[in-house]
Amino acid sequence: MELFFNPFDNLLCILLGISFTVWFTLLLVFIIVPAIFGVSFGIRRLYMKTLLKIFEWATLRIERGAKEKNHHLYKPYSNAIIAREPTSLEEEIKEIRRSGSNKDLDSASEFEMSDIFYFARRGVESIMDDEVTKRFSAEELESWNLLTRSNNNFTYISLRLTVLWGLGLLIRYGFLLPLRYEPSDLTETACCCICFHYRMKNFLSEKVHLMCYRICVRALTAIITYHDSENKPKNGGICVANHTSPIDVIILASDGCYAMVGQIHGGLMGVIQRSMVKACPHVWFERSEVKDRHLVAKRLSDHVQDKSKLPILIFPEGTCINNTSVMMFKKGSFEIGATVYPVAIKYDPRFGDAFWNSSKFGMVSYLLRMMSSWAIVCSVWYLPPMSREEGEDAVQFANRVKAAIARQGGLVDLLWDGGLKREKVKDTFKEEQQKLYSKMLVGTQEDRSRS
Amino acid sequence: MGSRASTLLREEEIEEIKKETGFSHSQITRLYSRFTSLDKGENGTLSREDFQRIPELAINPLGDRIINAFFPEGEDQVNFRGFMRTLAHFRPIEDNEKNKNPTASEPLNSRSNKLLFAFRLYDLDRDDKISRDELLQVLRMMVGVNISDEQLGSIADRTIQEADTNGDSCISFQEFIKVLEKVDVEQKMSIRFLH
Repeated sequence: MELFFNPFDNLLCILLGISFTVWFTLLLVFIIVPAIFGVSFGIRRLYMKTLLKIFEWATLRIERGAKEKNHHLYKPYSNAIIAREPTSLEEEIKEIRRSGSNKDLDSASEFEMSDIFYFARRGVESIMDDEVTKRFSAEELESWNLLTRSNNNFTYISLRLTVLWGLGLLIRYGFLLPLRYEPSDLTETACCCICFHYRMKNFLSEKVHLMCYRICVRALTAIITYHDSENKPKNGGICVANHTSPIDVIILASDGCYAMVGQIHGGLMGVIQRSMVKACPHVWFERSEVKDRHLVAKRLSDHVQDKSKLPILIFPEGTCINNTSVMMFKKGSFEIGATVYPVAIKYDPRFGDAFWNSSKFGMVSYLLRMMSSWAIVCSVWYLPPMSREEGEDAVQFANRVKAAIARQGGLVDLLWDGGLKREKVKDTFKEEQQKLYSKMLVGTQEDRSRS
Repeated sequence: MGSRASTLLREEEIEEIKKETGFSHSQITRLYSRFTSLDKGENGTLSREDFQRIPELAINPLGDRIINAFFPEGEDQVNFRGFMRTLAHFRPIEDNEKNKNPTASEPLNSRSNKLLFAFRLYDLDRDDKISRDELLQVLRMMVGVNISDEQLGSIADRTIQEADTNGDSCISFQEFIKVLEKVDVEQKMSIRFLH
């Protein structure tokens, strides 16, 4: 018995040893060393191009399959389903009344039963398609990227396509995921140890931080293109960006050093946060302090005024949005009076959707999905710095910055609050509509009493 | 699984809905996708809370009345068929439908049915009459706190006076149709699809 197993055992050990060495060398050569020196091999771009070709082929197969069965394909439209005219309440109701009566507009009555048509139609339009709720779920793609999570035409997949999908699954979970998990694990521990034990000089700690983030980036196979790096945020400024996922932080921090703002969490996150503070000053708040807006503003402005401190990184939307639009910016960070450096981040959804739908997935399952996607491809634009102008209040300034970011990233600029993901809309908006309508009814009476 | 639209809606169901409502195949799958995205509980039906989660509907002064139109008497859940049946009222009237066989049942998006939808928004207790009280309540919803009770009362009185022909101080559906006979209902109560 022993004799039978021994050579087999030896062989197994040798094989394991070889694969481990190969693995480690790959890791070192392709991930860690380039991260330290900040160079790139161009392999990832090739990977991207190949993937795109495969996706196109997959979509064509699905379309052909659907045509053969003479069925209709579900085509996702990123634009609207219905035609919505941007006419105001007043215009529309006047039009309805005009069509209903031959009477002169001056002697038109205050209220017509047909007024209700306006509200009914607007209401049903918003039921069919509204601007806000669709921002809180992942964007729909036009071509299938071989991930089950983004497929809506499941019934039309042929055998060849299934095989390809199976292969993709194997590659993603069997090869890419472990490959990515290793370095990110390494980095976390390394980060903690280094920062925690050594009080380093600023220069060195910056380098360490950059290196760690770059390893993370390569670990996720994130292919990032930075534009306009001459506008990179400088010390004493505030960097604002649109928020799609926690990965935003990694992406920005791998190209520059920032001071983070946020709540102190418990557990592992808390340990990391506290150790980060030792290396360079971040602005962490206790949960109770977050409610006190003045305290927050004071600490932020203190930090900003010290020119030796790193620029603060803030996401004014306050929550993750699905990267098709930019929602209302909270005015807190725009009241401080520092220079604002806007940054636009746009992900390419074809390779993996980076949006974190926190009501559907926890952090762990989100990270798992990220690490098992094909890649995370994004573009980062550094926009020229902006400051508050004369006579502009914080809200107007915030909207101006938001419009610039939306324009650069090709995102829709919305006035709605990202907080609507979880909370109900405030009643003040309804009251505005009611006031507008009342003016129509009562206004005519005033005119009549005057004449 | 991420697949929503096609897998859970069978072809036969789509055909039935097509016959009943007149929507096209792609419009039905598109609206089904919308239905499932609103259905947070993922149980195949929508509740009133699901509708109220739409911000643009929540700020509509008649939002609650419109939501109510989807739910039949006494029910709290609406399935996809019911959802489509109500939305069908807002389908534009196509030219070829006007010449249809008059003995066939009236399509959901006929002028008469569109007016019935609007009538039911006013008729709070579903007794096929709009009383002065009901009109006042709906008016109050539309104007909020900006108009006094007396003014609103006189507006309601005048409206009923103009519309009421049989002297019962209520507006019946026939009287409602008569008042609005010149209004371009077909266009004002229709929502155009882009595809």
